[in-house]
Amino acid sequence: MNFDDTPQEAAFRAEARAWIDANAPHELLADLENAGFGGLNLSGVDPMQAMKAWQKKKFDAGWACLHWPKDYGGRGATPIERVIWGQEEGAYGKLSGTFIIGHGMCGPTLMAWATEEQKRQYLPPMAAGEDIWCQLFSEPAGGSDLAGLRTRAVKDGDDWVINGQKIWTSGAQHCQYGILITRTDPTVPKHKGLTMFFLDMKSPGVEIRPIKQVNGQSGFNEVYFTDVRIPDAQRLGAVGQGWTVSLTTLMNERLTIGSGMPTGFEEMFDFCCRMDTGEGPAVDDKAVRSKLADWACRASGLKYTGMRAISALSRGETPGPENSIGKLVAGATMQDIATFALDLMGQYGAVSDPEMAAAQSRFQAMLLRSPATRVEGGTDEILRNIIAERVLGLPADIRVDKDVPFEKIPTA
Amino acid sequence: MNFEFSDEQQQLRDTARRYLADHSPSVAVRAVLEGEQPYDTALWKGLGEMGFLGAAIPEEFGGLGLGYLELCVIAEELGRSLAPVPMSSSIYLAAELIKAAGSGPQKTAWLPKLASGEAIGCLATSEGPGRVSEKSIQARVTGDRLSGAKVPVLDGMAADFAIVAARDGDRSLSLFIVDLNGPGVARQAVGTIDPARGQASIAFDNAPAERLGAAGEGFSLLTEALDRAAVLTAFEQVGGSDKALEMARDYALQRIAFGRPIGSFQAIKHMLADMYVAATLARSNAYYGAWALSTGAAELGVAAATARVSATKAFQLCGKNNIQVHGGMGFTWAFDCHLFYRRANLLALTLGGQSEWEDKLVERLRRRNAA
Ligand SMILES: Cc1cc2nc3c(=O)[nH]c(=O)nc-3n(C[C@H](O)[C@H](O)[C@H](O)COP(=O)(O)OP(=O)(O)OC[C@H]3O[C@@H](n4cnc5c(N)ncnc54)[C@H](O)[C@@H]3O)c2cc1C
Repeated sequence: MNFDDTPQEAAFRAEARAWIDANAPHELLADLENAGFGGLNLSGVDPMQAMKAWQKKKFDAGWACLHWPKDYGGRGATPIERVIWGQEEGAYGKLSGTFIIGHGMCGPTLMAWATEEQKRQYLPPMAAGEDIWCQLFSEPAGGSDLAGLRTRAVKDGDDWVINGQKIWTSGAQHCQYGILITRTDPTVPKHKGLTMFFLDMKSPGVEIRPIKQVNGQSGFNEVYFTDVRIPDAQRLGAVGQGWTVSLTTLMNERLTIGSGMPTGFEEMFDFCCRMDTGEGPAVDDKAVRSKLADWACRASGLKYTGMRAISALSRGETPGPENSIGKLVAGATMQDIATFALDLMGQYGAVSDPEMAAAQSRFQAMLLRSPATRVEGGTDEILRNIIAERVLGLPADIRVDKDVPFEKIPTA
Repeated sequence: MNFEFSDEQQQLRDTARRYLADHSPSVAVRAVLEGEQPYDTALWKGLGEMGFLGAAIPEEFGGLGLGYLELCVIAEELGRSLAPVPMSSSIYLAAELIKAAGSGPQKTAWLPKLASGEAIGCLATSEGPGRVSEKSIQARVTGDRLSGAKVPVLDGMAADFAIVAARDGDRSLSLFIVDLNGPGVARQAVGTIDPARGQASIAFDNAPAERLGAAGEGFSLLTEALDRAAVLTAFEQVGGSDKALEMARDYALQRIAFGRPIGSFQAIKHMLADMYVAATLARSNAYYGAWALSTGAAELGVAAATARVSATKAFQLCGKNNIQVHGGMGFTWAFDCHLFYRRANLLALTLGGQSEWEDKLVERLRRRNAA
C-alpha cells in the first residue's frame, strides 16, 4: 500500500509537469483556482475560447483524452497515468468542463458501437475540442425513467425521420454533434423498442431553446426535433438495441462524474478558519467543529475510495456500480456545506452580489448549484436504488410497466 | 501507486476469517457476554499460536515482525467476528506503548509474553465521567508507588499489568507499568454496555509502579499511542460495520411483509444503501490510516483521526439500522443484532468519544493547513 510513483510513473509525471509548465495559460490560473461552482468567470477572456485553446494545445502535443487509443486522438495511457495527469493539470483541468460529456460519455459510446471508419472520423476532432458533443437522452416523460422516452424515429429509405423533444440537454447550444436515443417500436415493451443514433446538431429541423436554471445560467436546453433526417449509417447498435447502447453511456457517465467530484470541504475549512463569529474564528466553535469533522471524513473517504477504484482499475478490474457513491456523497455534502456557510454569515449570508458577498460569493454559488448535482446523471434516489439492487443484491422495485407494450402504458 | 492490500495480506485475511469463523462464532461471544469470564481464554491462546497477536511485534521479541498492514487486516476480522478478547488493550495499546517507549529490559520482559498471549496488558487513564485530559488525571506516583482510582479500565479484569497514566510527583503526567496481581491493587468488574469485553474498576493504594518512557512525557506518549490504536480500532469498526450490513441485507431478503420481501421496500433499500455508503467511506479512510501508520507518515495524526471518526460513525449507523431492519426480532436477546449494537457503541468510546476525535481532527487539519 503506497502512493509512491514507480520509476515509469515518475518519468511520466515529470514529462507531464514540464509540458504543462511550458504550455499552460498561466495568466488564467488565479481565476481558475477561484472558480468551481457553476460558471467559469475568467476576467477579460471568453471561457469557451480559453477551453478550446487549451484542449487543442493538449491534443496537438498528445495530452488530450489520455486513456483513448492513439488512433482516435488519445495517448493510450494507463488509468494511473490519467490520474497523474489530472494531479499535474490541477486547476487547468477546470478548462475541460465543456468537453466532459463528449469525452466521458459520447466518445466511449462511439468507441464501443460505431464503425472503425466513423471512429477515425469523429473521435479525433472530439478529442481536440474542435467538435463538442452532447447527450440527448432525457425527455419530459423520461428522466429517471429514461426508457419511458417518446421521441420517435421512423425509417424512410436510407434515413430515419425524427420527431419529438429532448430536455435538460447540457451544452446543446454549443454542440456540433449529439448522441440521441429514440423510440423505433412502440408496440413492444419499453426497453425493447429503443434505438441509438448520433447526429449533426445543425441538421434541418433541430431547434435548441436554452432553459434558465435555478442559478440563472443556461447550461441546459430543450431540443426539439421536427422531421429531422438521420442517415441509417449513423445508427449505433442494432435497431431495438438502444437500451443496451445507452448502458455504455450511463456506465461511463457514472465514472466521469463520480470521480473527483468537489464537495466544497477545502473551501469551507478555510472559510471557518478565517470567519470571525465575534467569539473568535468559527473553527473554534464546538458545533462547527463537529460538522467540519464529518465533512472532512466524507471528502477524505471519497478521495481514498477513488484511489481504491483506480488501484482496482489498474489491476484490470472493471469499475462497477459501487462508483455510484461519489456523486451521492458529494452532492449532499456540498449542499450541507453551502447552507451552513451562509448560516455562519448571519443575515449577510443572503448577499450573493459578487462585489460584496463574503468568500467571493462561492458558497452562495454552491447553494444554488448543488441541487443540480443531486439530480443530474441519476438522482440521489436512483443512485440509492442502484446501490441497493446492484451492489447489495436487493430486489428491484416492482415495475408495473415492464412487460406491457409501450403504447399501452397509461400516461398522465 | 497502489492503494490496496497485497495478495499475501489478502491471504492472511482469508486465514484469519476462517479461523475466527470457527473459533469466535456468536456462541463464543455470548459465552463471555453472559458468563463470568472476562474474555475467551481458548480463543486468546489460539490467536497467540496463530501469530496474530505478535504480527507487528519484532521477531527479536517473539513476534512475527510483519507490520501494521498485517495487523490492520487481522483487526478487521476480529471486528467482524466481535472476538471477545483483549486485543486492543494488550496489543494495540500496551504492546505498542512498550515498543515505542519501553526500556530494553521492559521490552524483553513484556513483548514476548504479549506476542504469545501469555501476558495481557491494558491501559488505565479514565477516572470518571468526562474526557481524559492532562487535568482530569489525579492518580499520583510518589517514589515508585502509585495511588489513585481508574474506572473503567477496558480488559482490566483480564490483564496482568496496566499501563497507568498518573502524575509523576509534582511534575506533569508520566506512564507507569503496574503489576495488577501485585500488592496495593484492588480490582472489580463493572457492568458496561458491552459485557463481551470486560471492564474493571481498579483502586491503587501504594502499588509498586515502574515508569514507562521519559518523565513528564506521559500525555504525548498517550496521544501518539491512541492514534495508532485508532487506526487499528477503525479496522475493527469497519469489519463490524460490514458484518452488520450483511446481516441486515440477508434478513431483508428473507423476511416477507405485505406479500413481498421487506428488502423490496425503498425505505429499507435506501437505509441499507446509506449503511453501505458510510461503511465504504469508513473503509477508504481506514486504508488512509493504515497507509500513514505503516509508512510512518507525518500525516498520521490527521489520518488516524479521520479513520477514527469515519469508522465510529459507520459502525454506529450500521449497528442501529441492523436492529431497525430486523424489527422486533432485532430487539431480542436471542438475535445477534444487539451484539453489534453494543460493540459499535463501546468502540465509539474506548479511545475517547466521537466529539473528542472530531476536535482532534479539526485541530490537526488546521495545523496542517497553516504549515
Ligand atoms: C444540470 C443538469 C444537467 C443535465 N444534463 C443532461 C444532459 O446533458 N443530457 C440528458 O440527457 N439529461 C441531462 N439531465 C437530466 C437528468 O439526467 C434528469 O433530470 C434526471 O435523470 C432526473 O430525471 P427527471 O428530471 O425526469 O426527474 P424524475 O425522474 O421525474 O424524478 C423526480 C423525482 O422522483 C424521484 N424518482 C423517480 N423515479 C424514482 C424511483 N424509481 N425511485 C425513487 N424515486 C424516484 C427522483 O429521485 C426525483 O426525486 C440534466 C439534469 C440537470 C439537473
